[in-house]
Amino acid sequence: MAVVFPFSAIVGQDEMKQALLLCAVDPRIGGVLVLGDRGTGKSTAVRALAAMLPPMRAVVGCPYGCDPAAAALCPSCRERIAAQESAVRSPGKRGRSPQGALESALVRVPVVDLPLGATEDRVVGALDLERALTKGEKAFEPGLLGRANRGFLYIDEVNLLEDHLVDVLLDVAASGENVVERDGISIRHPARFVLIGSGNPEEGELRPQLLDRFGLSVEVRTPTELKARVEVVRRRDAFERDPISFCQQWRRAEAKLRRQLETARQQLDAVTVPDSALEQSARLCMALGTDGLRGELTLLRSARALAALVGAREVAASHLQRIAVSALRHRLRRNPLDESGSDVRIERALTEVFV
Amino acid sequence: MKHARWRDACAAAALLAMDPRGLGGIVVRAAPGPVRDAWLRALRAVLPEQEPMRRMPPQIPDSRLLGGLDLAATLRTGRPVAERGLLAEAHGGIVVVPMAERMGAATAARLAATLDSGEVRVERDGIAQSWPAQIAVVALDEGLDGDEALTRGLLDRLGLWIDLEGIPISVADATPVDTAAADAFAIETASARAYLASRPVTTLPSSDEALEALCGVAHALGVDSPRAALAALRAARAAAALRASPVIEQEDCELAARLVLIPRATRKPASVAEDPAVESSATDGAEQAQQAPHDSVARDSVARAGDASTRAEGDPLSPPAGDPQALAEQILAAVKAFLPAGLLEGLIPSVAPAGKQRGVGQQRSGRGAVRRDPLRGRPVGTQRGDPRRGNRLDLVATLRAAAPWQRVRRGDTSRGCIAVRTEDFRVLRREQRAATTTIFVVDASGSSALNRLAEAKGAIEYLLAECYVRRDRVALIAFRGQGADVLLPPTRSLVRARRTLSGLPGGGATPLAAGLQVAAKLADSVCRQGDSPLLVVLTDGRGNIGLDGEPGRERARVDALAVARQWRLQGLTALLVDTSPRAHPAAQELAQTMQARFLPLPYADAAVLSQAISVATLGAGLRARAIDGGARGGPRP
Repeated sequence: MAVVFPFSAIVGQDEMKQALLLCAVDPRIGGVLVLGDRGTGKSTAVRALAAMLPPMRAVVGCPYGCDPAAAALCPSCRERIAAQESAVRSPGKRGRSPQGALESALVRVPVVDLPLGATEDRVVGALDLERALTKGEKAFEPGLLGRANRGFLYIDEVNLLEDHLVDVLLDVAASGENVVERDGISIRHPARFVLIGSGNPEEGELRPQLLDRFGLSVEVRTPTELKARVEVVRRRDAFERDPISFCQQWRRAEAKLRRQLETARQQLDAVTVPDSALEQSARLCMALGTDGLRGELTLLRSARALAALVGAREVAASHLQRIAVSALRHRLRRNPLDESGSDVRIERALTEVFV
Repeated sequence: MKHARWRDACAAAALLAMDPRGLGGIVVRAAPGPVRDAWLRALRAVLPEQEPMRRMPPQIPDSRLLGGLDLAATLRTGRPVAERGLLAEAHGGIVVVPMAERMGAATAARLAATLDSGEVRVERDGIAQSWPAQIAVVALDEGLDGDEALTRGLLDRLGLWIDLEGIPISVADATPVDTAAADAFAIETASARAYLASRPVTTLPSSDEALEALCGVAHALGVDSPRAALAALRAARAAAALRASPVIEQEDCELAARLVLIPRATRKPASVAEDPAVESSATDGAEQAQQAPHDSVARDSVARAGDASTRAEGDPLSPPAGDPQALAEQILAAVKAFLPAGLLEGLIPSVAPAGKQRGVGQQRSGRGAVRRDPLRGRPVGTQRGDPRRGNRLDLVATLRAAAPWQRVRRGDTSRGCIAVRTEDFRVLRREQRAATTTIFVVDASGSSALNRLAEAKGAIEYLLAECYVRRDRVALIAFRGQGADVLLPPTRSLVRARRTLSGLPGGGATPLAAGLQVAAKLADSVCRQGDSPLLVVLTDGRGNIGLDGEPGRERARVDALAVARQWRLQGLTALLVDTSPRAHPAAQELAQTMQARFLPLPYADAAVLSQAISVATLGAGLRARAIDGGARGGPRP
C-alpha cells in the first residue's frame, strides 16, 4: 500500500478532522458530508484517516469482513459454520459458540473509494460473470457495498453521482443491509459502513433529501492567513519529496491519536447523557425549526462520541455546543431571503439556549 | 524566439516535460490554428519519444475512457476479459483534450481523480480492476467567448495556464521544430531530465525561501487554492532543474509566477494598486501584450529570464538572503505587467459580465450537458426489449442475461460461443429531462428600476431555492446606460448566484433593444445546450437608446419592436412584466409583438413574481416535454 499523508499532519481544518474522528468512534452517527473549496485536503483527510484507524478482527476469507464476535453473520459465514457443524456433529444440534469455529485475523479497516463511473452492478454486487461464463453457475459476486462493510465508503464529488446510485447508497447506509434482487439472484448481506461524501457546492446544489441523510456536515475553507498557507504547502512538499521520513516524523502523533480513538471506542457505552443535555438539544432543534428527529439523534450521538473522545464521563453542554454546527447546519430550512448563513443562525440559537 | 509570451509558452512546454506528474498538466487557451499546432509540436519535441501523447475526444464514453469489459474477447473466449481505457493506455504520458470546454463535468471529474491517484480504478460491467495511469493533461480550451469553460475542479489541478491568443503566426512559425534552436531546446530538456532522473528527489533544490515567497505572491494575487501555490513551487523547481542549477533563483520563481499564479489572479496585489505610476506601466505592458511587444524594452527585460543585469524596474538590488517577503515583493514587481488588463481596471472576474470574460479562469456552470438526440439521454437502467425498434441494445446486460444459461444451451451451439436468444435481449432505458433555464431580462435604468432589480434578485433566489428539486437553471441580464450585460450566466448554484447578485449596478438610460438582443443570444445558446429557455422581461417598455447606441425615443421603440419580432420568429417563450406604476401601451405592444404573456405588476414583491414565473415555467416545461416525447417516438417504461 502506498504511503499516505498522516492525518495529524493536516494543517487546520479542525472541524473536518473532528467530524471524521467522531464517526470513527461511533459509526452510527451516520457519516460526514464535506463541502468546500478546491484543494482543501478533503480526499487527503479521508485517506489519512483510513491509515490511522486501529485494525479490526475479521473472519478470514469472508467477503464482507464479518466480525467473528458479532451476533449476525453474513450468509457465507453462516454457510461455513453450518458446513462445519454438519461435518462434526449431527445436524440440528447447534453448538454453543459457533463463531469459535471460524478463523479470524486482524485486518485494516476497509476504506472503499467509490470510483467515478462505477456501475450499479459493481456497487451493489451482481452475478459473478466469470463463474457464470466459464462454469455456468449462478453465483453472487459482492460489490463495493459488501467490501465496505464495517468500514468507510468514500464518494468524492458526491454531487456528480447518478441519482439512482445515490438512492441505493443512502438506503443501504441507513439500513445497514444490502438487499440484492437482480439477475435472478436474491441475497441480503450486512453492509454497515460510514458514508463520507465530499463535493463543491459551486458545481451544483445537492438535493435536500441527500443532505439530511448525512449525520454531520462540515464546510472547509482555504486558510486565509499566509502563515497557515505556507505551512500547508511546506508539509505537502516535504511529504512528496520524501514520504517515508515525513511519516516517521509524525508517527508518534499518529500513534497517540490511534490510542485516543481506541480508548474512546471502549468508553463510548459508558458515557451517560443527563436529562439536561437531552432537554438542551431538544430546545436547540426547536429553536432552529429542524425537520424530524434525525437532527436531535445525531446531535446526541455525536456529543456522546465527542465526550468519549475527550475522556469525559458525561455529555456536557460544552460538547453539544462544539458539535451543534456540524450536526445541524445542513438540516435547516433554507430561507432564500435570509442572507445570514446556517452557521450564523445556529450560533444565534446556541446563545439563546445556553445562556 | 523573440516574442515574450511565445517564449513563456515554450518554457511551459519544457517545464511540463520536466515534471509532468507534479504539475498535473496545462491549460492552453487558444483557438485551433497554426499557433496552437506549433505549440503542440514544440511539446512533442521536448517530450521523450517513448512517452505516449494521446488525444481524447471530449465526449468520450466511460467504457473507452476508463475501460471495461472487452466484449469481443469475452464472446470469443467465453470468459470475462477486461479492456484498458484511454487513461490507462496513456500511462506515463500526456492526454491531450481538444475542445476541453465542451467536456462534461463527469468526464472532467474522472480526469481529476486520475490525476490525484495516478491510477484508474474500474468498477464496471462486472469488472473490478485497477491500472496505473500516471498522466498529465493538456486541456486545449477553445471557449473564447466565455460561453463554456472547464470545470473548476480540473482547472485547479492543471498547474500551468497559458494563453496563445494574439501571438502572431509568424512568431510561432519562426520556430519550427526541426531548426537548430528547437533541437537545442529539446536537448537541453533531455539533459535536464537526465539530471533530474540521476538524483533522488530529496536532493532537489531545497527551497524554503522560494516556497514562502511563492505563497506570498499567491496570497497577494488572491489565489486561494493551495494546489496553485504547490504547482508554482514545482514549476520553479523544474525551471531550476532545467538550467541544471542546484538552487531556485528569483528568475525561476518569476517564470513560475507568470505561468501558474498570474493567470489565476483574482485581485490586484496591494502594492501595485497603491502606486499609480506602476499601474499605468502595468496596463501598458498588458496592452502591448495584445499588440506587438517586440520593441517594448520593459517587457523584454521583464521576460528575459536569466538576464539579471537588465531586469525590470523595481529590483536594483539582489534579494537579501533569507527574506522571503522581500523576494515575494520583487517577484510581484517583475510579473505584474502580465496581469490581465481587465483585472487592473478593477473588474473582479467573479462578477465580471460573462460576455466580456477573458482568461482561462472564468467559467460558467452548466456546460456540456447537450441532450439533443433523444437516443442519447441518461441511461437509467436496462429492460427486456427488442433492439430493432429504435432502442439501443445494451450488449453487456444482454450477455449477462444469457450467461447463466450457457451450460444448458451448450447443446445447440459449438464450443466457445455464447448462445444468445431473443429473450436475453436487453435495451437501454433512457431518461431525458426537459430542463428549463429562466433568463431574467431586467431594466436596470433610472432610480425606480433599482427596486425592480431587487425584486428580480429576490425572485431569482426563490427560484433557485426550488431549483435543486427541478434541476432548472437561472440567468440574469441587466440593461442600463449604453448596453446590456449577462450578469449571471445560467446557473443552478445558489451560492454562486448570491455572490454575483450581491453587487448589481443600476441607473442610467434604457437600451431596451440591446437588452432584448443579448437575451435572444443567450436563449439561443441555452437552446443549443438542450435546455428550454424561458425569458422573463421586467421593463416599462419605454426604451430611449437605439441599437446603435444613439439616444432617441422613436428610434429605440422601432429597434425594440424589431428585436421582439425576432424573438417571435425564434419561438421563444417569454413573460413580460410591466413595471410602470400605471399601465402604458408601450409594454403591451412589445409583449404582443414578441407573443409574450403580459403581466402588469406595478407593486410586485419577489414572492408574487416568482409565483407568476412558476406558472409560466410549468407551461414552458410541459411544452418542451411534449416536443421531446414526440421526437422520441420509442416506447418508454
